[in-house]
Amino acid sequence: MLAAAVGNLVLAVIAFAGDKSVPIKNSLNFYKPTGPLSGVTTVAIIVWFLAWGFLEWRWGKRTVAMGRINRLSLAMLVLSILLTFPPIVDLL
Amino acid sequence: MEITVRGLWTLVHGMGFGALYLLACSGALIELYRFTTSSAPVGETARGERFLKLYLVTMVVLAWTAVLTGAYVIYPWYRADLPRGTKDLALFPQRLLISSPSTTGWHALGMEWKEHIAWFAPISITMVAFVFFKYGRDLKNHKQLRAGVLAFVVASFVAAGVAGFFGAMLDKYAPVQGGRTIQLSKGEEK
Repeated sequence: MLAAAVGNLVLAVIAFAGDKSVPIKNSLNFYKPTGPLSGVTTVAIIVWFLAWGFLEWRWGKRTVAMGRINRLSLAMLVLSILLTFPPIVDLL
Repeated sequence: MEITVRGLWTLVHGMGFGALYLLACSGALIELYRFTTSSAPVGETARGERFLKLYLVTMVVLAWTAVLTGAYVIYPWYRADLPRGTKDLALFPQRLLISSPSTTGWHALGMEWKEHIAWFAPISITMVAFVFFKYGRDLKNHKQLRAGVLAFVVASFVAAGVAGFFGAMLDKYAPVQGGRTIQLSKGEEK
């Protein structure tokens, strides 16, 4: 769950960074017909899988405090949604 | 009655994968809640668990197919560069939308939000399916994990809803058209 939240947040942060910086936007142009969206989503998916693998390795067999992880994951999820909302992106 | 190849792809992406996913979200939410809170006997829940696993895998496939066809098949047609001297913008939906103050918001807000938020749906529902495969009926004993999983289903529903709404509105104001024309039926002349 935390890895999914990380994946969503990374997607939102990279999309935000691409919107604010032309060099970042250009570097995200992995597949020309789709443009920077291809880089934003590819990087986010890679980070999501890496975070998933890492957390599974570290916590896969351990008991963890779900209350804290829930709160952190949901906060990241809400932040991700806000960071993709164009009027908020324009404000920042 | 006819449809262009690009129109057909848009239809398959939106009405096929996207709308089906949206419909499935409410079912997943109710079924996950019911399944992980009910006190039905084990035999009954084993059948229900198999069904719910298949249901969630179908949702994962629908969500990923929707975003991948959207980003790699339809979006390139939507944002295609305008050849110099082109006056008819019908085949260039993004350009058509931003050419008028009354429609530019559908691109600036609608597509800009949709193209990113849509990806939250497959990421979230993949996690939900993974957790359900790992815990199954035992999710009943992990209330906080269950609450988190249900919250992600809601988030996935919201993400798909935003993407679906703006997808429908974008297609209304600047449909993706072009390619070969497929004749579906021949109408009678009046």
